[in-house]
Amino acid sequence: MDSTSLAGAIRSANSKALEILLQGDPVLIDVLPARDLIPELKEHTILHAGPPIEWDRMCGPMRGAVAGVAVFEGWAGDLDEAGVQAAKGCFEFHPNHHFSAVGPMTGLTTCSQPLLVVENRATGNRAYCTVNEGLGKVMRFGGNDESVRDRLAWIRDSLGPALGTALRCCGGIPLRPLVTRGLTMGDEMHQRNVACSSLLLRELAPALASAVADHSDLSEMLAFMGSNDQFFLNIAMAMGKSIMDPVRNIEQSTVVTAMTRNGTDFGIRISGLGDEWFTAPVEMPAGLYFPGFSAADANPDMGDSTIIETIGLGGFAMAAAPAVAGFVGAGSVAEAAGITARMREITLGEHPEWTIVSENYQGVPTGIDIRLVVETGIVPTINTGIAHREPGIGQVGAGVVKAPMACFEKALRALGERLGLS
Amino acid sequence: MSDQNDAPDTGRMCPELLQSPPRVINVGLAVFAADLDAQDVDVIHVDWRPPAGGDEGLARLLSMLAD
Repeated sequence: MDSTSLAGAIRSANSKALEILLQGDPVLIDVLPARDLIPELKEHTILHAGPPIEWDRMCGPMRGAVAGVAVFEGWAGDLDEAGVQAAKGCFEFHPNHHFSAVGPMTGLTTCSQPLLVVENRATGNRAYCTVNEGLGKVMRFGGNDESVRDRLAWIRDSLGPALGTALRCCGGIPLRPLVTRGLTMGDEMHQRNVACSSLLLRELAPALASAVADHSDLSEMLAFMGSNDQFFLNIAMAMGKSIMDPVRNIEQSTVVTAMTRNGTDFGIRISGLGDEWFTAPVEMPAGLYFPGFSAADANPDMGDSTIIETIGLGGFAMAAAPAVAGFVGAGSVAEAAGITARMREITLGEHPEWTIVSENYQGVPTGIDIRLVVETGIVPTINTGIAHREPGIGQVGAGVVKAPMACFEKALRALGERLGLS
Repeated sequence: MSDQNDAPDTGRMCPELLQSPPRVINVGLAVFAADLDAQDVDVIHVDWRPPAGGDEGLARLLSMLAD
């Protein structure tokens, strides 16, 4: 194939990829136990954030979460025993991404945990994510003590089933219009979900009230969701996964279909190369820290939540969320707008409905093209939480991090080889 | 041998250049633009860098894959 026809083939493939991406119609439809949704998720199997990794290369918070979830599932009597079992190879590890799932930070998914179910009604596929646990000492940030496990048990036994009943009762909640409104209210759906969490609660509360007979239980659930500004994050992540999975496997497409990190490696996938991972060491976030913590406490970048940036939200929509720019230490409102402007240089299109008021309703930049990343030297900017580097402590801050250029260069070289160019 | 007649007519250009304030387009390193700006010189900065960070192999590959 000569270069002119090759360029045309890539243009056509990317046009198809962008069309599927922009037509995504995600609806939150259910909450069900993971074992009912992912048949491969047996006892002693743990799904994690990021590209594939085994115990010996896992970072501190990931190990802490593994120990915690093993005790939570009843596979180990205590955290020490769980660590010994993990080192002996008693647990099987796989990425969430291999099972239509995503998870924030450590992102652990095990068989008994309830999962949010988002269906992309444009393509019919479904994607899953755990229920957000709140802030501070939580398992996604490596927390693993009794308080963390008790909260997970309450989500498993009370909140999860109630949310499932409520969602089935109300017929599901369309997410595309909800995110449209959230953007106009200052959310970027990664580090700021205040508006979308509130909008969701407003839609869900009547059905939840019908689903939960005990007023005390209902009050506890509403208080939990109402006090958690990031409750919507996990829903946005399942939404992102449901939108991006149908974009995979378009021959010759250079569009990024996943970006994710496990605290050790950052990995990306591109449409034209299917499910192959292109990895590089993760970078350290630059950000602001909670009182008593500093950069010396921080773990490197971690989590599947970069699926948010992959669809054009999070750091890509920073201009819509000036309040978050200060929270994550990204600088002024003008600098926030500058980040979104730079992301426009590495993307193929704009979302027709997810628009930014302060930019005259211009759509968020979406459809990352590895060619543009490598050519310009501009890498995706990601908003992120920061975990303590030691197991068991939890979140210590929030910040901004860059995707490593090496992932995009590797993907480009691999595509060149696939196309017989090198 | 070069033809001296091809040389620019600097005799007419230089006085005008030297008599008016400098107007600068800076390409590449932003620090030069920042220094001029600090001295109240009008400067427009163009944020440019070599494609693929100057990696010739990647730049060649990009040229084959480009629109």
